[in-house]
Amino acid sequence: MGLTMDKRTTAAQAIAGLQDGMTIGIGGWGPRRKPMALVRELLRSKLKDLTIVAYGGADVGMLCAAGKVRKVVFAFVSLDFIPLEPYFRAARQNGAIDVMEIDEGMFLLGLKAAAMRIPFIPTRIGLGTDVLRHSPAIKVIDSPYDDKAWVAMPALPLDAALLHVDRADARGVCQICGPDHYMDDLFARAAGKVFVSCDELVDTEFFADPVQARQVFWERAQTTGVIHIPGGAHPSSCAPLYGFDAKHFKEYAASAKEAGGWSQYFDRYVACGEEEYLNRVGGLAAIRQLPLPVF
Amino acid sequence: MSNYRLVDLVICAAAEAWHDDGEVLATGIGVVPRLAASLCMKAINTDLMMTDSEAWLVSEPVPLGPRGGYQPRVETWMGFSRIFDNVWGGRRHAMVGPTQVDRFGQANISCIGSDYRRPKAQMLGVRGFPGNSINHANSFFVPNHNSKVFVAGEVDMVASIGYNPARLPKGYTFADIDIRRIITNLCVLDFEGPDRQIRIRSLHPGVSVADVVSNTGFPLCVPENIPVTPEPSKAQLDLLAVLDPRDLRATALGA
Repeated sequence: MGLTMDKRTTAAQAIAGLQDGMTIGIGGWGPRRKPMALVRELLRSKLKDLTIVAYGGADVGMLCAAGKVRKVVFAFVSLDFIPLEPYFRAARQNGAIDVMEIDEGMFLLGLKAAAMRIPFIPTRIGLGTDVLRHSPAIKVIDSPYDDKAWVAMPALPLDAALLHVDRADARGVCQICGPDHYMDDLFARAAGKVFVSCDELVDTEFFADPVQARQVFWERAQTTGVIHIPGGAHPSSCAPLYGFDAKHFKEYAASAKEAGGWSQYFDRYVACGEEEYLNRVGGLAAIRQLPLPVF
Repeated sequence: MSNYRLVDLVICAAAEAWHDDGEVLATGIGVVPRLAASLCMKAINTDLMMTDSEAWLVSEPVPLGPRGGYQPRVETWMGFSRIFDNVWGGRRHAMVGPTQVDRFGQANISCIGSDYRRPKAQMLGVRGFPGNSINHANSFFVPNHNSKVFVAGEVDMVASIGYNPARLPKGYTFADIDIRRIITNLCVLDFEGPDRQIRIRSLHPGVSVADVVSNTGFPLCVPENIPVTPEPSKAQLDLLAVLDPRDLRATALGA
């Protein structure tokens, strides 16, 4: 009888547990530390009508291109050095998706409210702007303590969150070593199921060093499944292990300018599966050599 | 002093935006605003705080471009979640580059077009504009001053609150909104006209009032005497050479 929790699973098993119409949060920020291998598994699945909640990059663009998305909750969708995400842009300009467009900080508050199991968090953010006009579901309320208008930023509960981290153990202790964990801890707390891909799978003993344990941003009880996928954030970055792949992003962005460009990208980099993907982008060693971005 | 380019003058004019701010986080998004904030922190208001544009506050501005041997002098962790802690506390003055600005100072970086469900051009999304605009001081940088940016009506998607009486939330006054300056390739504007009307604060050398007015989609407050924007000093140009060793600013006005 096993006494130790073992949350190791596969990308296919994790995605198989999701259903049409679900609200899926995706961690990271723009081109940084996105769980792209899990996103590719989502792209290969039959799932549809998803609501995607993300500080968006190519994750959002690819899911839009593949017709997986009913609605995007976003503050931006950008690859940073390529400011406008081409496939998200096309989906918006074709009227193909619903959106809830909110401020980056409102987004944080929505995840925080869900994490705290409360319906909303009051804030002044959004007052006087079209954020409220275009999302009438976001209410402006009176305060019991003053006579000002307050935005009641609704909780953004997630059916599932997909995250990528540097390291994890089999019980779901997850470590992010990059300089910023972004809002991944809030995604982990706002979601019913949390699937985490990791570049390295380590023994629990690894975290016995307080310096390592200091880079763990949520408790293992928040982690549902751990998937060991070296290079799993590619083409986004996973600092300090690797930077983002500017060449690959340029190729991806260029594909959006061609007729049938998405299906060519899909055939070349998604349909082939992860093992072949790694080969086609030059191998894990090449990924680990990608320089960290300088801002 | 005539050995300077327009972009140098624009950066030096923009650097004045944080002159009297004291100890706040100066955030400049894009080459010109970032160099302006950096120049201000080095030479005008040394109490300013600044990040490495990633996750750390630095005790001196990080030069633009590839680092070479330069190591950023970090002093405080400043990941994005903490940026919002700072924003909501109000001790920040950001300079950003909107796609559109209207006569109220409302700004847009979200999308262009009258049909929000199907915009003519999807831009970045509102990013942090709503929160910035109602929490702390903001200035704008516009590299190409024309009436497509300075629009006649309201901006297509109001991403940041401005001095618009029709949109003022309950319990709020104009004193709760703090839009400082707009620095363009033609002039410096501020909001010190009557009822916060946008006013020409200074004209860049060789630019006329008519040049500005004809490239702006709404009426401006035009004072009787408008100073010329000061030329950069030798000391400022020397500092810019250090802060931007690879001259990334050369094309920052779309040249």
